[in-house]
Amino acid sequence: MSVRVLIPTPLRGYTDKRDTLVLEGRTVHEVLEKLFSHYSGLKRHLLTDDGKLRSFVNIYLNDEDIRFLQKERTPVKENDVLSIIPSIAGGRT
Amino acid sequence: MLKLNDTAVQKMKLHAVRTYPEECCGVLLGRDAGDFKEVCDVLEVRNQGAENRERRFLISPEDYQRAERLARREGVEIVGFYHSHPDHPATPSQFDLDHALPFWSYLIVSVEGGAPASVASWVLKEDRSQFDQERTEVFEGELVHRCTGLKDHKEGRVKI
Repeated sequence: MSVRVLIPTPLRGYTDKRDTLVLEGRTVHEVLEKLFSHYSGLKRHLLTDDGKLRSFVNIYLNDEDIRFLQKERTPVKENDVLSIIPSIAGGRT
Repeated sequence: MLKLNDTAVQKMKLHAVRTYPEECCGVLLGRDAGDFKEVCDVLEVRNQGAENRERRFLISPEDYQRAERLARREGVEIVGFYHSHPDHPATPSQFDLDHALPFWSYLIVSVEGGAPASVASWVLKEDRSQFDQERTEVFEGELVHRCTGLKDHKEGRVKI
């Protein structure tokens, strides 16, 4: 399945300035694997040291957070759109 | 370097004072000019943190998406975010570091005893090891890059 992956502004420096990528995969996990194998510079910012998505990184399939679907095992269909959407968090301590 | 006008700085300080002793947060809208970023306006966003708002803030993915849509419609982009540190210096914490992304400016307004103190902006290092403080230039008066339609958002909510 060909899926469009939308890259947020601060990460486009790692995707040759592209804001949209078309990648193949049957599940969200497979698409993300492709993404990280082609653009490995993204890993540091999106994944923890043990390879899990960072807590502030949200993946939306079309308009739905994959946490409310089948997480990374969620199947994807042709022409689906996968968005990487950060939660912005912080604080004094 | 981050260029912004004193109106934007005042808006952030007032927001920080209004929410004291809780942290405030918002979005910096503007453009990336290559050598520097400039802020055309700041957008207040409700701190969606469920607890500990006196030391934590959260901009939800939904509010982030609304801000992004608004920016796109106005022909600008999100160049960073601001938040306040109540009774704490305007220096980023480990928690700030753990949740940051490169490129964006992370501006912190320190509030001491309910009054605005210092303001500083920070950018994440490429290797995520720490933030570098970003030079800021504050202009008087008019906005450096006009955004239209951003003036009437309701307090604490992103208007879409």
